[in-house]
Amino acid sequence: MHNFAFHRPASVADAVKAVGSASDGKIIAGGQTLLPTLRQRLASPSDLIDLGAIADLKGIKAEGDGITIGAMTPHAEVASSAIVQGAIPALAHLAAHIGDRQVRARGTIGGSLANNDPAADYPAAALGLGATIRTNKREIKADDYFQGMFSTALEDGEIITAVHFPKPEKAGYEKFVQPASRFALVGVFVAKTKGGVRVAVTGAGQEGVFRPKEVEAALANFSADAAKGAKVPSGNLNSDLHGSAEYRAHLISVLAGRAVAAAK
Amino acid sequence: MAADSGTATGIGASPKRKEDFRFLTGRGTYTDDINRPGQTYAYILRSPHAHAEIVKIDTAKAKGMPGVAAIFTGADYDKGGVPCGWQIHSKDGSPMIEPPHFPLCKDRVRHVGDQVALVIANSIAEARDAAEEIDVTYKELPAIVSTGAADKAGAAQVWPDAKNNTCFDWHIGDKAAVDAAFAKAHHVTKLDLINQRLAPNAMEPRAAVGDYDRATGEYTLYTTSQNPHVIRLLMGAFVLQIPEHKLRVVAPDVGGGFGSKIFHYSEEALVTWASEKVRRPVKWTSDRSEAFLSDAQGRDHVSHAELALDKDGKFIALRVNTIANMGAYLSTFAPCVPTYLSATLLAGVYTTPVIYAEVKAVFTNTVAVDAYRGAGRPETTYLLERLVEKAARETGIDRVELRRRNFIPKTAFPYQTPVALQYDSGDYEATLDLALKMGGWADFENRRAEAQKRGKLRGIGISTYIEACGIAPSAVVGSLGARAGLYECGQVRVHPTGSVTVFTGTHSHGQGHETTFAQLVSDTLGVPFESVEVSHGDTNKIPFGMGTYGSRSLAVGGSAIVKAMDKIIAKAKRIAAHLMEASVADIDFKNGEFTVKGTDKKVSFGQVALTAYVPHNYPITELEPGLEETAFYDPLNFTYPGGTHICEVEIDPETGVTQVVNFTAVDDIGRVINPMIVEGQVHGGVVQGIGQALLENCAYDQETGQLLTGSYMDYTMPRADDVPSIKVATHSTMCTHNPLGSKGVGEVGAIGSPPAVINAVLDALRPVGVTDISMPATPHKVWQAIQSAGKAKAAE
Ligand SMILES: Cc1cc2nc3c(=O)[nH]c(=O)nc-3n(C[C@H](O)[C@H](O)[C@H](O)COP(=O)(O)OP(=O)(O)OC[C@H]3O[C@@H](n4cnc5c(N)ncnc54)[C@H](O)[C@@H]3O)c2cc1C
Repeated sequence: MHNFAFHRPASVADAVKAVGSASDGKIIAGGQTLLPTLRQRLASPSDLIDLGAIADLKGIKAEGDGITIGAMTPHAEVASSAIVQGAIPALAHLAAHIGDRQVRARGTIGGSLANNDPAADYPAAALGLGATIRTNKREIKADDYFQGMFSTALEDGEIITAVHFPKPEKAGYEKFVQPASRFALVGVFVAKTKGGVRVAVTGAGQEGVFRPKEVEAALANFSADAAKGAKVPSGNLNSDLHGSAEYRAHLISVLAGRAVAAAK
Repeated sequence: MAADSGTATGIGASPKRKEDFRFLTGRGTYTDDINRPGQTYAYILRSPHAHAEIVKIDTAKAKGMPGVAAIFTGADYDKGGVPCGWQIHSKDGSPMIEPPHFPLCKDRVRHVGDQVALVIANSIAEARDAAEEIDVTYKELPAIVSTGAADKAGAAQVWPDAKNNTCFDWHIGDKAAVDAAFAKAHHVTKLDLINQRLAPNAMEPRAAVGDYDRATGEYTLYTTSQNPHVIRLLMGAFVLQIPEHKLRVVAPDVGGGFGSKIFHYSEEALVTWASEKVRRPVKWTSDRSEAFLSDAQGRDHVSHAELALDKDGKFIALRVNTIANMGAYLSTFAPCVPTYLSATLLAGVYTTPVIYAEVKAVFTNTVAVDAYRGAGRPETTYLLERLVEKAARETGIDRVELRRRNFIPKTAFPYQTPVALQYDSGDYEATLDLALKMGGWADFENRRAEAQKRGKLRGIGISTYIEACGIAPSAVVGSLGARAGLYECGQVRVHPTGSVTVFTGTHSHGQGHETTFAQLVSDTLGVPFESVEVSHGDTNKIPFGMGTYGSRSLAVGGSAIVKAMDKIIAKAKRIAAHLMEASVADIDFKNGEFTVKGTDKKVSFGQVALTAYVPHNYPITELEPGLEETAFYDPLNFTYPGGTHICEVEIDPETGVTQVVNFTAVDDIGRVINPMIVEGQVHGGVVQGIGQALLENCAYDQETGQLLTGSYMDYTMPRADDVPSIKVATHSTMCTHNPLGSKGVGEVGAIGSPPAVINAVLDALRPVGVTDISMPATPHKVWQAIQSAGKAKAAE
């Protein structure tokens, strides 16, 4: 790790200011992605701005037609929250299966969405549920937010403050783990919402999380068997040591079916 | 030796480990915990390329960085290369090719991670900062990483002297007799197999601290080693030319080795050498990423095997051809792994009368390969047990029955195999029968049918194995190319008050020797378990030793302790005879008491010990005072643990996920000192075996030679939820040639299990037409196998 200056502002406004005045400032939330990167010397920011002291960024509340989760809420809190379990059990289930206990205690929803790892779990929930990402500047619809792997609509220095999830009629998440990292080799989030059925896939796409049209079409009446029959093209899917594009395509329809069957 | 005493700490009891408090509460002292006054930190700049010429190294800027004490490159290094401890001769009698292995590369790098420069600074951060400023100009060269392709025309050449990348081309057995037997075979089963490369992944990464004392001219090396005396010998005599009396090697608490910490690594030499240069202690600690690029890796064999059977299913001949990957350099024991630790086991538990094996060792642009838990024996067991299984399927003979038909009967011991070894004891029917019973073999089909209702494919697999360990009879291994003796040393020091310190040349890095050796001594001398301390790991404390590997510690090291105790008891009897005014011949020793035959006279062991050190009433003209004895024990043969492993798996055909649902291990390991520790050793070995069968793989990019599985993001270690609760039992026949009767248990789990798992996977997949799969049988691979079998069927 290279040396850096450390800041711990007490408000979002101060954090924005600190990022803006640093020559190469970087926000740190749970540090579960950023710290390993620094330790491997793959990044060497001049300043780290820790969001941990900003009370406004924490917590989970029921709001309007759904729930709102503060950006600095760790995965373990989402997993065990009665509000989340009551409104969107699939989201609590998803959070409970991110990484390990230590990662869930530190890693945050804001960090996960800002990072947009192509194999991360939260992006599937955000896109699958049609969430809204709130920042210090604006609100961004999930459909506009994810812009390819490790790439989002966030501008330089823009800070996620919270995520709003509308409550679906039913939703389910099935994660098939990459055996070594236990990130998602393929993760499929299905949601039956007022606006129709939404499906989001993580882990498989070359461009990160995406909505497979074929599966959404097949799932018009939210039947598990129909999902399994959906043919997903493998052309834009990842191929690596742990799974070919064809395998991932196959898993998408299998997992979609299982997610529908398990949906609550 | 006392018989099983049945007490809570005696031989055969399972007291909790003496080590538990220290290790479970984080109070161990590992190499990285050792800090010497004025210590510096070393960072090793490693090659990013698999194969390249070093055109130029510019360290000028780096040397001016804050905190830098020194930077060394290959041009600065003025001592010897790291030697290989075993010499193999090729078929034509020529010695193997032994390329030089300097701790810092002189002009060429030969694998990703090869050592280019040593940076020494006041802190590790400063050393790393400086390393980033070293400017190395490389000229990249084509690389070869594939085991099977290394000796083919057009492959990149790793060493100029090793034509076709061949290190040696060795063979064993009677080729003519095998060819003749094949000519009249009723059936021949053929199989191509890959035993994939693994990374050992000890929990504690390697570390080394070199400390040169200018006042005395002495060097001390603290290192993560399984055998400090071997390191002293190799590094002192061959690399740095430091005589033994000026070199102390300390291997303190070591967090796992699995073989990877046997070898003398060049980092050990570098910190010792550099400590003299910079006149300060130098510490190097590997991180996990570095471990993947610098710890010797394991396995990596490509084999073709053929088994000839007669019409009754008796094995009449076996023919094997193996290519073994050595990596870019020859690590300490690398050449003996695919040869004398592997091909000599090809008889397995079977009466196959003639066997011929050819083993070609090749160099590639990869990390060196050497012994990893089981070393050679897992490769052979996997080959044999897959081959026998396939023969059973092809001939239609039940797979258990086929094995039984070919077992060496228990009446046939000692049994001379056609490939050099002579097995001393065993009872393969007994371990098989017990395992079949414990593993529920008879009613398996019910479980298969029940699983089918849930949409799952269930399978059961078996492996009946033998291994050779308790390494090793020195004269035998010497004639086979070993450049060292492989005896062991034990010293027993009885203190004046009767407590005992045992000094052993073996090394404990997770095996619990402090407990089992104390049980052995306590039971034999009749002193309390709490009064026995076991010391190891320091060449200044321990007279001599060859360390711990090859499941040798109890069989060889324990036997040395027994021999030392024999001497203690003999001397103590003379002291007791003097005290009780009796003849030595009339003295009996039992449960810590010396008695005179036919009288009620007795003295305790403690009283004798005190007398030895306070010799007021003492036969001083005949006996020296004191009660301390040293013994060296050189075994007469290897020991031969064996047994049966049964695995049951369930496969989800939709995703290819394999879950191990049952595992039974019944092992014959000779006399057991502590059943709990034995169970733990088997558990650990089986988990590593399941890891090899289903999860682990070192994958290199075929073009660039980059290690694709260089972190836990891609290298799959077994986790708790990958393994079931393992059923373990022992059914022992005694080793006939050591005083304990013990055979060794450290490696059996990793040796017996992989073929049991793969045979189970193939049994599960038979109904869908799959007949072959390679390790690791990952979900992706299993799914692909099901798809291709389905396509093949559809095409019919
Ligand atoms: C061993 C391990 C296993 C894991 N397994 C999984 C898994 O199975 N599934 C999964 O989804 N993830 C997994 N993760 C990742 C984990 O969930 C991380 O917590 C997450 O990716 C990042 O969150 P963080 O709070 O730690 O962010 P940090 O590491 O602190 O930051 C990540 C990035 O986001 C930026 N950032 C953070 N917060 C904000 C904000 N509020 N606004 C704008 N930018 C911000 C940072 O500047 C940085 O670039 C794993 C991580 C580890 C170490």
